[in-house]
Amino acid sequence: MMQARHKTGLVFFPAFDWAISPTHPEREERLLYTQDQVFEEGLLDIPGIEEFKPDLANIRDVQRVHFCVPDVWNVMTESHFISAGGAKTIAMAVMDKKIDKGFALVRPPGHHAMRVVHGSRGFCNVNIEAIMIEFMREAYGINRVAIVDTDCHHGDGTQDIYWHDPDTLFISLHQDGRTLYPGTGFAEELGGPNALGTTLNIPLPPHTSEEGFLYTINNVVLPVLDDFKPDIIINSAGQDNHYSDPITNMNFSAQGYAKMTELLQPDIAVLEGGYSIEGALPYMNVGIILAMAGIDFSKVREPNYNPEKMRQNSNVTQWISKTCDTIMKSWQSRTGRREQFRRGKKFDERSRNIFYDTDNITEKQNEKIRICPDCAGALRIDSTSDKRVHILAVHIPKKACSKCRETGYKWFDAADKHTYDQIMLQDRTTGEFHEKNKN
Amino acid sequence: MIIGLDVGGTHADVVLLGNKGLIREVKVPTDPANLFDTVLTGLDKITEGISPSDIHRMVLSTTLSTNAIIEKKTTPVGMIVAGGPGLDPEFFRTNQDYYPVTGSIDHRGREIEPIDPEQIKKISRLLTKAGISRVGVISKFSVRNSEHEIQIAQLLGRSFEKIFLGHRISGQLNFPRRIATTYLNASVYPIHKNFFNAVKKSLKKKGLDVPIHVLKADGGTMSFDASMNFPGQTIFSGPAASVMGSIAFAPDEEDILVMDIGGTTTDMAVLINHVPLLAPLGINLGPYKTLIRSLETHSIGIGGDSAVSVKNGRLTIGPERLGKPAAFDGPVPTPSDALLVLGMMKNGDRDKAAKGLENIARQLDLTLEDTAMKIFDLACKTILKAAGAMLDRINSKPVYTIHDLLEGHMVKPKKILVLGGPALHFAKHLEKISNYKVGVVPRWKVANAIGAALARTTCEVTLFADTQQGIAAAPEENFYDNVTQSFSKKDAVRQACGLLEKKAIQIGSHAEDLEIEVIEDMEFNMVRGFNTTGKNIRVKVQVKPGLIHGYDPIGGRLLADM
Repeated sequence: MMQARHKTGLVFFPAFDWAISPTHPEREERLLYTQDQVFEEGLLDIPGIEEFKPDLANIRDVQRVHFCVPDVWNVMTESHFISAGGAKTIAMAVMDKKIDKGFALVRPPGHHAMRVVHGSRGFCNVNIEAIMIEFMREAYGINRVAIVDTDCHHGDGTQDIYWHDPDTLFISLHQDGRTLYPGTGFAEELGGPNALGTTLNIPLPPHTSEEGFLYTINNVVLPVLDDFKPDIIINSAGQDNHYSDPITNMNFSAQGYAKMTELLQPDIAVLEGGYSIEGALPYMNVGIILAMAGIDFSKVREPNYNPEKMRQNSNVTQWISKTCDTIMKSWQSRTGRREQFRRGKKFDERSRNIFYDTDNITEKQNEKIRICPDCAGALRIDSTSDKRVHILAVHIPKKACSKCRETGYKWFDAADKHTYDQIMLQDRTTGEFHEKNKN
Repeated sequence: MIIGLDVGGTHADVVLLGNKGLIREVKVPTDPANLFDTVLTGLDKITEGISPSDIHRMVLSTTLSTNAIIEKKTTPVGMIVAGGPGLDPEFFRTNQDYYPVTGSIDHRGREIEPIDPEQIKKISRLLTKAGISRVGVISKFSVRNSEHEIQIAQLLGRSFEKIFLGHRISGQLNFPRRIATTYLNASVYPIHKNFFNAVKKSLKKKGLDVPIHVLKADGGTMSFDASMNFPGQTIFSGPAASVMGSIAFAPDEEDILVMDIGGTTTDMAVLINHVPLLAPLGINLGPYKTLIRSLETHSIGIGGDSAVSVKNGRLTIGPERLGKPAAFDGPVPTPSDALLVLGMMKNGDRDKAAKGLENIARQLDLTLEDTAMKIFDLACKTILKAAGAMLDRINSKPVYTIHDLLEGHMVKPKKILVLGGPALHFAKHLEKISNYKVGVVPRWKVANAIGAALARTTCEVTLFADTQQGIAAAPEENFYDNVTQSFSKKDAVRQACGLLEKKAIQIGSHAEDLEIEVIEDMEFNMVRGFNTTGKNIRVKVQVKPGLIHGYDPIGGRLLADM
């Protein structure tokens, strides 16, 4: 009789009554055929595979990660509370050892949502992985976390949230930013001065196929994970690298996704994008679930699967091999480069524009981080949106040293109520969230 | 008059009901080796002195198929399984003559790979050579498109006695369960057929030529003829009979826990405003997970005759029954003996019961009365704990819409209805140690047979429409229709209800018993590119389990008899 080798938990929440708009790709129908396939294959009857009902995330879960403008209620819909809650449910089941591995098959996705949220970008409002991870840190005291983002789009939101955190390794594999939204995720993006090297971006050329993806996993991701020694591995399991995805240009397959999952052995996978809802998602999700559970997936394939036709050309292969070499060099030289970057500086600043494509908002950010040898550093974000909202957000990291904590409070206290519409402080050392407003 | 007969593990209960209430009740011991005699004896006794022409309906609930499956006394069948991509169909092998074949259909019912006729013909020859006369044919996604199953059946031709097609069992998606259920139907078929033909023949000889209905696990009935196609549906009808026997006495608008405390087990179920809760997919029986519609029941190995012992200094009850209670010369003490010692039960030899408990009392270092109380109390607590676990399980079932997650009904019963042999004695104590109000079902000793007698015919229809492909279909009912883009959810519900009425009447329902309910209705815009190209509609309707029209006077009369 068939039996899961790893006890695997699933939260399946297709939100059949929620869409961004009637004809938006992030729509009610998105997981319908996946549900059909999962049900018809009888996956939920396999001993060792268990389905959980999602919990709801709460406001504190969100405020642990985000600064929401004007507040959490305006940023979140019910569906977001459930999809973040579903990820949390899986995390609890893993941490409580009810299951060995878990997959949150939920929507809407979250990996484009950054620390400050003025609206929706890339179909994402809040970052469900970050909400889950910070909940795990708070409730279970885990420390080192690795996130491997295998969505076809650069996980710029997750990158932003963990840019300064040396305890979170963020690796994103995605279609080259010059050819796809959000246009970021280049090999040079390696993290802030306190955490240089724990952000790794692996841009892959269009038409990368199974060979290229698995090469990257074997030659970069696995060795880096080995070095980093995370307490837990999270896979942001976007499924839009598929050869039939309508909004990307890659040549990945259900077999490939399943093999990649088998190699990565993530503790938790969270669904991200993926919009080939009929021809790809049903087969990929079955493949991923079986791979997580340790059940033979060799016969899972799309009806029109033809690996010969999708073989990548030699230019693509060479390109990928070169990129992988560059990234491994960055990884290996991270400590020295971090020193160089910080030398002689007390603070580091960066300014940038952030575009919210889904809600058509442009945000201007000015970010200041305290260079700190002892912790992730106090962070101050001055942000204005073209909706004429001006906010100040101060983040004190969980393991902040006393000086960074002091700096954070100093920034918060010094901020003038008349200059900003909202002044917020996230003190992760105590779990408090402070706010002072104009009125 | 109506006859209801429910064969249990220890007794067969038989009742005769008239429009003024319960006319007669009979209990006959069950002979597991000869159920036919058990049933016949029960029917003989209940009809003694009654004119056959006064009887107009008969409902039987037996353990025949359940026993055949558990004791592996089923007959060999051939299985032909078309899987296509996905899990290897070898994982779901049911028996020796099981043949995975080419051919595949996708989730929208489109053919991906055709059947290979030569392959089927070859298997057909092999099966014939092996002397197999019944075949199960199942294809993946046949509930979206049954064409492959039908093609295979046609290729098999007339060389077999009966061919069971997977898509006829249920509209539910679940290929492995469809395989297992088809297998069970095919393999218990001859046993079921021979048994009921024999019963029918014997009754006819006595001048009793009335419609026979068979009780199903979902608390509904189907006609004798309909049962020939789905004999598997008769398994586990016993717990359903008890639940149906309690329905008339459940208060309106409330969640109720029903507990049938028997000799060997206690079976529990939930009623929501008179309607029993159904299990989401189907029965699990031994290694078989099925699509056999069933009430959501939970069974624990604690009953009046469960074995009581002391293990590592701790008192334990059940889960096994090792025979009759000590009071009736059984081998081990039981909760029934405890009830005798406590003076709550009168039927039985109190001295023998006390002697049976002596050893337990010595090990626990308690008086006989305290020991008896402790046994009784533990039995009640174990039952309540299991009930709590069942409710948790029901309430933690996943749902797939925001609406259901935030506003779905949580089952929170405040009242328990008990029935079964020792029900009366348990009721008071269950109430004392819990927050539940506990009532006893009138005629609690034969409520199961009354439930069988009064259960109405139930069935379900699943219909899906895909306006992009221009189809509406219910393959289970052999229904396919062409539809236009304007076809709506409302149209789908109407079509499904029409099919349901037709089906219900065909399998033995009366028009006045068609209490129809829509249990699922979903409509999705199908978006391709950035355009809506059609609608995907899924509808499920059922005849709710319940009692036949005109049961009220009988229920009222039974209450008055209390």
